Amino acid sequence: MSGYLEGVLVLLAINVVLAYAAFLPIVAGQLNLGVAGFMATGAYVSAYLTNAHGWLPVPAALAATVLTAALGLVVAFPILRTRGIYLALATFAFGQVVVAIILNLNVVGGASGYPVRAYIGFPVIAVAAVLVFVAIYCLFHTRFGISVTAVSDDELVADQMGLSVRWLQTAAFTIGSAVAGLAGALHAHHFSYIEAQYFNVLLSIYIVLYVLLGGTQTIYGPLLGAAVFTLLPEVLRGSAQWRYVIFAGLILALMTWRPQGVVTRSLLRRLFEWRRPPAEAAT
Amino acid sequence: MLAQQLVNGLMLGSVYALVAVAFTFTMGVLKFLNFSIPGIFMVAGMVTWAMLKGGISLLLAVPAALALGAVLSYAVERLTYPQMRGGDHFIPLVSSMAFLILFENLVLVAWGSDQQRLALPFQSVSARVGDIVIGVPQLIGLVIAVGVVWLLDLVLKRTRVGRGLRSIAEDAETATILGVSVGRVVPVVFLIGGVFTALAGVLFALNYQQASPFMGEEVALKGISAMVLGGMGNIWGAILGGLVIGVVETAAIHWFGARTVDIWVYGLLLAILFVRPTGLLTSSLGSGRA
Repeated sequence: MSGYLEGVLVLLAINVVLAYAAFLPIVAGQLNLGVAGFMATGAYVSAYLTNAHGWLPVPAALAATVLTAALGLVVAFPILRTRGIYLALATFAFGQVVVAIILNLNVVGGASGYPVRAYIGFPVIAVAAVLVFVAIYCLFHTRFGISVTAVSDDELVADQMGLSVRWLQTAAFTIGSAVAGLAGALHAHHFSYIEAQYFNVLLSIYIVLYVLLGGTQTIYGPLLGAAVFTLLPEVLRGSAQWRYVIFAGLILALMTWRPQGVVTRSLLRRLFEWRRPPAEAAT
Repeated sequence: MLAQQLVNGLMLGSVYALVAVAFTFTMGVLKFLNFSIPGIFMVAGMVTWAMLKGGISLLLAVPAALALGAVLSYAVERLTYPQMRGGDHFIPLVSSMAFLILFENLVLVAWGSDQQRLALPFQSVSARVGDIVIGVPQLIGLVIAVGVVWLLDLVLKRTRVGRGLRSIAEDAETATILGVSVGRVVPVVFLIGGVFTALAGVLFALNYQQASPFMGEEVALKGISAMVLGGMGNIWGAILGGLVIGVVETAAIHWFGARTVDIWVYGLLLAILFVRPTGLLTSSLGSGRA
């Protein structure tokens, strides 16, 4: 495999993982603009464990995932007190604080960045991305997934039907944080160098855009969104700026004509009417 | 020394305040966090730079930049607000983010990513009051900021359009039933917001004599914090919030170093949201529901 192709595929795999990190809270009705903050946490924890304590990269990445999940769980309680736009702002502020704290942690290089010695290659990243997708697929075919979908469809009704909306939202937020932490760890070990400034709010916004464009009604939306917006810039090579101009134009066009995102439940039903259950046909 | 820090903070805060007013205005009336504001802020600054460089007089460049801000903001309205009705609540947010990406990259295509230096026709002057140094352009900026918000407040309280705006902020549906033409009032929100944002961008560029394609991001994020601090939809609160953020920022730089600024500013925002999940002050525009 050529180095270029591998580079694109690594980016694709990490973006898919990130898309699911943003997807989970969105499904539970939370716009998380702090995904980059959780990603940074995972990246720095994993990098620190391998650099300073000689851990192997894969166990370090897993430990980082668990630790980011713990962080997500802890901040979920105060953050989920807020609602709607206030919640988006709280997650945004949280992401900014995380990055600012890392910027001041000299033990991980502070503002000058942090070189990561342990390396994770493409195969492991690809496996991780597939595992995340499979995990999400399984999750959304359990009671939990159905309940979360119910909450996103109508929070009030879900609550009245006896679902614990608060618990579901906390769980979705925490799992999303964990997935973001994993993506950060993979990023750190593949690119061998991380700096706090990379994990800024624009990164969070891009990740959220992938998901919203792909569509939040089904688990295939984030996959498509991340794939299209990783591969599209490669197809449109040439000027980096024009790529983003086109990217922005596409978002505007989509929001005007297809505000639910590209992949919707009714689309899947129409495409795969002849098979049951309809969701399976797209895998 | 302490007084000087306070003055510097207030000067910095006046720029945040104007941006915060633009944010809080659309937020208060339309419940819409308009992420295209940093883009318009930046375009106004960059266009001012480009026109000054092209030998156009400042007296012509500033109104042109403000007009451009209004036009861009109107374009944003046309492509976001009508889509909001009947759709998910995050659609305008996403579309406005797309506008930010669009504006930034169009400017990058036109002028590149370098930070540009503004060549001002006059020398930067500062006045001394006792031991305190006050930058005159900054002071003019602060006066303009407060003056313009005072004007906006008058418009909201005294005019027909203002009553329409306040009724929509309170309840868009009832306002429509009572005969307020929502379709005609909403563009006004964007036009005013666009002029405010552009004014902030121009003042920032002139004050700090610099402009870059990314100048809007940092300022807008601080502006959002100021908006929450002052209570969403509360225009005087936005001014207060902007000034507080400016003072907190300069104080943090003074005592803890420039790298810790974000911890204090966004930590403060986070703390406020944790303690009061709906912001600090209440809205002066409507009931403040988001």
